[in-house]
Amino acid sequence: MTEKKIIDREGLNQLIKVLLDMGFQVAGPTLRDEAIVYENIQSIKDLPEGWTDEQDGGIYRLKKRSDKALFGYVVGPHSWKKFLHPPERRLWKATLNESDFEIIPEESDPRKFAFLGVRSCELHAIAIQDKVFLEGNHKDPSYQLRRENAFFIAVHCGQAGGTCFCVSMNTGPRAESGFDLALTEVIHDNDHYFVVETGSDRGMDVIKKIPNRKAEAREVEHADSKIAEATAQMGRVLDTTNIKELLYQNLEHPQWDDIANRCLSCANCTMVCPTCFCSTVEDVTDITGDHAERWQKWDSCFTMDFSHLHGGEVRTSTKSRYRQWMTHKLASWQDQFGSSGCVGCGRCITWCPVAIDFTEEVPKICGSENSNTAVTKENEAPHENS
Amino acid sequence: MTPSLYTVKKKIAESHDTFSLDLAPRDGSPLITFQPGQFNMLYAFGVGEVPISISGPAPGTSGLIHTIREVGNVTRALHQLKKGATLGLRGPFGSSWPIEEARGKDVVIIAGGIGLAPLRPVIYKLLEQRNQFGNIALLYGTREPNDLLFTKEFEIWRGKYGIQVKITVDTADSNWRGNVGVVTTSIARVSFEPAHTIAMICGPEIMMRYAVLEMKRRGVSEDHIYMTMERNMKCAIGFCGHCQFGPAFICKDGPVFRYDKVKHFFGIREI
Repeated sequence: MTEKKIIDREGLNQLIKVLLDMGFQVAGPTLRDEAIVYENIQSIKDLPEGWTDEQDGGIYRLKKRSDKALFGYVVGPHSWKKFLHPPERRLWKATLNESDFEIIPEESDPRKFAFLGVRSCELHAIAIQDKVFLEGNHKDPSYQLRRENAFFIAVHCGQAGGTCFCVSMNTGPRAESGFDLALTEVIHDNDHYFVVETGSDRGMDVIKKIPNRKAEAREVEHADSKIAEATAQMGRVLDTTNIKELLYQNLEHPQWDDIANRCLSCANCTMVCPTCFCSTVEDVTDITGDHAERWQKWDSCFTMDFSHLHGGEVRTSTKSRYRQWMTHKLASWQDQFGSSGCVGCGRCITWCPVAIDFTEEVPKICGSENSNTAVTKENEAPHENS
Repeated sequence: MTPSLYTVKKKIAESHDTFSLDLAPRDGSPLITFQPGQFNMLYAFGVGEVPISISGPAPGTSGLIHTIREVGNVTRALHQLKKGATLGLRGPFGSSWPIEEARGKDVVIIAGGIGLAPLRPVIYKLLEQRNQFGNIALLYGTREPNDLLFTKEFEIWRGKYGIQVKITVDTADSNWRGNVGVVTTSIARVSFEPAHTIAMICGPEIMMRYAVLEMKRRGVSEDHIYMTMERNMKCAIGFCGHCQFGPAFICKDGPVFRYDKVKHFFGIREI
């Protein structure tokens, strides 16, 4: 492990400038429409200084902090997938010539992104999408290019949100790998500094270009205690023991109907989820009918069209769509990609307009008479009539 | 994700709503090789792309045959293509029928409606090496007699190769002199040795459900029964998520599945 460095607020500003000068498009958290979202930034002035967020099921509110923290909040409605797996992109164009036509492939996107403020759960989410787009028999060359060019500056969480459960999913709050640089923001007495770890040679080269000094043991301790605080603050817990088997065994559980009575099938959960990767394609033509384009757009398993087949849709009920989403995230994802599809970021809970809570529903579906895990977990004496 | 360009070499009317396109690469390059059961994504200019099973080479055709039922915008646009027209093609994709496993065994093929199309290349593969397989039976059912596909080929399969071909329709008028009833009723009318039989089933889910039940009842083990699944499909390479069926992506793990591997999910409504 390389030695940890200290940079101050101006050092962070320098870091952004160095990356911009290197040709990166730097994206980071910024304030817009009363939420903290990821957009292009030019300096630390664009960061949401002194703001924090309050999150619970169906609730997201910004509040002023008493300090000038730059990363004093958790994750908002955006995730980095909007850059790496964009909400819409053109796949190719075609031009008609009587009954013949030509296809013109899309040119590759030359942009290089540097992401500032990537949380540990989000690094895990990106690694999960890598498995989808890069590690199967087919690779998505456009994703691959953006992914390989990207520079990652992680921020270890110093606090957890009300809907966070990364500890349950083993995805945080400390970023362990997948970053070029990782920062811990420390505000202590009158000091405001960042403890910097390097995770790659690229990261090492960049840190050399900005004013820094070796971290003292005391400063590293402060940083570690911040992360420990976040670990202890998790707003939610999810027991994932045998979760795949339990969900597969409970595909007809009555709780799915209960959820369906509340679920609006609005697709918010899939849009905010950092691992959801489903897309559709739209074929469009201009008014002459001679020019056609094919666009790829994010799609959601909560829409009716998603399962359209000749003869009707496969998943007509909200119950079946919610079941598809949750069993995919937590169960079939394991069969498909070797890991859970959930990183415990809590976005689907926060941004659900009716506050359906993954972590509340799973135990109801998995902890029924079909399993005894709920009982043993609680150390309850067996009921007489059970 | 970008299609290759193909030319319609021949267009064949198969029934009142079904037609076949015989395709070859526009630039004259050699035909792609495929395994029976695999499919291609066909693109009609400006309209869209659909997954279509490869239904042959078959006698009288030169290239890749795709048999298509006109049921939506894209298949309608494909139907409007004339000989010499260009379309886009990506593929082949997906798993294939278990021809190697069937060697030395009896083979029972059960098809419903256009489900015969992806099984036709199997029949021609079996006929190429007829003596390597035991009894072969084709049980084929459609809604009405005018839905039947490839009828001219039945007599050749029967007469020249000794395949037991049993045709049945759900409903017919008095001009129909064949069987009426669901396809599973034909199972009792063909001979095969259940312990040494491979079953290959393709058709509507409800028909496959009863066909599987009947084959199991006759003593064919679950790991000798193969069937196909169908779901909406956009990319065919595991990226779009649309074709998920439980843990399987139909585009890459299917469309042909061994029954015992998917039986937990097969039959659950709206899965």
